[in-house]
Amino acid sequence: MTTSLNLTLVGTPNSGKTALFNALTGSRQRSANYPGVTVERKSGAFVTPAGRSVAIVDLPGTYSLRGRSPDEEITREVVLGGIRNEAVPDCIVCVADATNLRLSVRLVLELKRVGRPMLLVLNMIDLARHRGIKIELDRLATELGIPVTTSVSVRKGGTADLLQHLDTFDPAGEVTASTWKPLSTHELRALQRDADRIIADAVTPPSKPDNLTTRIDSVVLQPASGLLILLAILFVMFQAVFSWAQPLMELLSSSFAWLGQLVHAMLPDGLLQSFVQNGVISGVGSVVVFLPQIVILFFFILMLEDFGYMARAAFLMDRIMGGAGLHGRAFIPLLSSFACAIPGIMAARVIDNRRDRLTTILIAPLMTCSARIPVYTLIISAFVPQREVFGWINLQGLVMFGLYAAGITSALAVSFVVKFVLGRDYEPSPFMMELPDYKLPRPKSIALGIYMRAKAFLYRAGTTIFSMMVLIWFLASFPQPPAGAQDPAINYSLAAIIGHAIEPALAPLGFNWQIAVALIPGMAAREVAVAALGTVYAIEGGKEAADRIGEVLASNWSFATAISLLVWYIFAPQCASTLAVIRRETGSWKWMAVTFGYMLALAYAASFLAYNIVRALGAG
Amino acid sequence: MTKTLLLGQAPRGFIGRIRSIDVAACSSVLAPTELESRLIEMGFVEDARVEILHEGMFGRDPIAVRVNNATVAIRRREAMAIIVD
Repeated sequence: MTTSLNLTLVGTPNSGKTALFNALTGSRQRSANYPGVTVERKSGAFVTPAGRSVAIVDLPGTYSLRGRSPDEEITREVVLGGIRNEAVPDCIVCVADATNLRLSVRLVLELKRVGRPMLLVLNMIDLARHRGIKIELDRLATELGIPVTTSVSVRKGGTADLLQHLDTFDPAGEVTASTWKPLSTHELRALQRDADRIIADAVTPPSKPDNLTTRIDSVVLQPASGLLILLAILFVMFQAVFSWAQPLMELLSSSFAWLGQLVHAMLPDGLLQSFVQNGVISGVGSVVVFLPQIVILFFFILMLEDFGYMARAAFLMDRIMGGAGLHGRAFIPLLSSFACAIPGIMAARVIDNRRDRLTTILIAPLMTCSARIPVYTLIISAFVPQREVFGWINLQGLVMFGLYAAGITSALAVSFVVKFVLGRDYEPSPFMMELPDYKLPRPKSIALGIYMRAKAFLYRAGTTIFSMMVLIWFLASFPQPPAGAQDPAINYSLAAIIGHAIEPALAPLGFNWQIAVALIPGMAAREVAVAALGTVYAIEGGKEAADRIGEVLASNWSFATAISLLVWYIFAPQCASTLAVIRRETGSWKWMAVTFGYMLALAYAASFLAYNIVRALGAG
Repeated sequence: MTKTLLLGQAPRGFIGRIRSIDVAACSSVLAPTELESRLIEMGFVEDARVEILHEGMFGRDPIAVRVNNATVAIRRREAMAIIVD
């Protein structure tokens, strides 16, 4: 009983597969890519109560093995054992939503043809019992010819039945040759009929159907109130990102300042002191400060997804986005892009039509990603007064909302242009998706999701951003000023030389050479620009300035310059990792160059306009 | 024999059963077999009970259809392939 096991989790979208995976592995999971393709490979490990070690792979959700998208092709290949270096699963674990078995049972019948040992897990069994759905497990197992077990991935101990099953599972069990081949529509129908018959035999529907989802939908999907609710959710989300995070951010910021002071007091004056305090602590600190906002944003996105709202949002937005040449499914990748364009662009894989997918990828970087939040926050808090308008709306939050709205509007406009450039006789590809029943989000799953993302952000802050900060500090500190120099030290540095060289090109936008310097490391990650400004000004103005970058900016920049930089960041073409992902996902340098080119052009034109309009209005 | 109509033309609140799937009647961009497979995969098979629960604000499109005990969002264009009574 100590042999290890290789499991593969398969299931339809919305079956709670990922929640089950999280419940089994906890934080012992990692994600990578399958070789040669851009499909995420989520794997993890756990040990059963009897001490058996289990390696598990979570496959993308699929309705069949037909493989109509790269995600589904991977599912098929893994299940059929056709991937090099990938262990052939000892057991295929098919996850089904116990409250909605119809499509899952059909998938089980198809999977059986693969000939590998299988196990059906009825997930969310508590919900099914609560609703009065009676499932005869033995009968289901007999009719399907495979073992059936249950799980409640929400609750502690909810996977006990499944674990017990795995303990007694014999990996040397029956393996028969695969008889699977793509199903004709005739066979598909036959399988669905079989599935419906099996369900009719083994499942008794509740005497009184649960209509909570229907009742919620009658408001949420009603066209007028639905769109208002969607707008309200987005509005609350962005207000929260801005105002809830504030106290935590101040705490983090003052901790880093305190740490800087401590180092300042402990180390002798000189290069090392300057490097640790200005280069390392204030540099990394000014980025880590934004962790609370990123956590809040992901909290909302994960909650909405788990609640089942995301599919509704796609439904409400399909026609509106269709007007701009976008597919309703693009809503989810685009919404993810608010966190970061990279997962957003990768999520565009759910769109199977190549053209729809390309349009989505092109405009995804226009969605305001969380890396822009630090830049926005810094400039807004320095230049927009903290007060209420109409009695309850935070003015700073309102400006933030406006910036997000500007990003969305320009994305729709670009997509509209793409639609005409690529051909006006284009027919939209079909929009077809399940609207899952509403479910209370699982706190543990949400927490784990936030944890994985916060870890990724801190990892970035600790690696990419840290090395960029060291580079900036170096550029800003060397060469050292000549003896007896009158001007601040940074004016003699490499940074000043580079900044002055680019400045003429950016001067029409109202950017000074300090901004020009900060934009260069911003290529690595947008948020670095904030840290770079901090470093540039901290070294220029002494240690007090590092604590109050905002105040320094307010006294050094004109209002027009601040607005111009905000507008620049709506487009901000400079994010090397996004460009790299676009190249990888589209498989061409051309689309990467197109994205960079059009965003740079838009950024330059819009900043130029904004700067000159604000100056013409007398706020220069 | 009851009167048949296309699900894509049915109003909100319509309740009926699927008589047949006929992809020839539909001008989707998908190849006919592909469209038919997808419809079946989403649960649109003969004899399933369908009810149009909601429709979008513009052009009453897309529609949210209750298929047996699950809800599926679909555009009217593709729903033209589903013959109901």
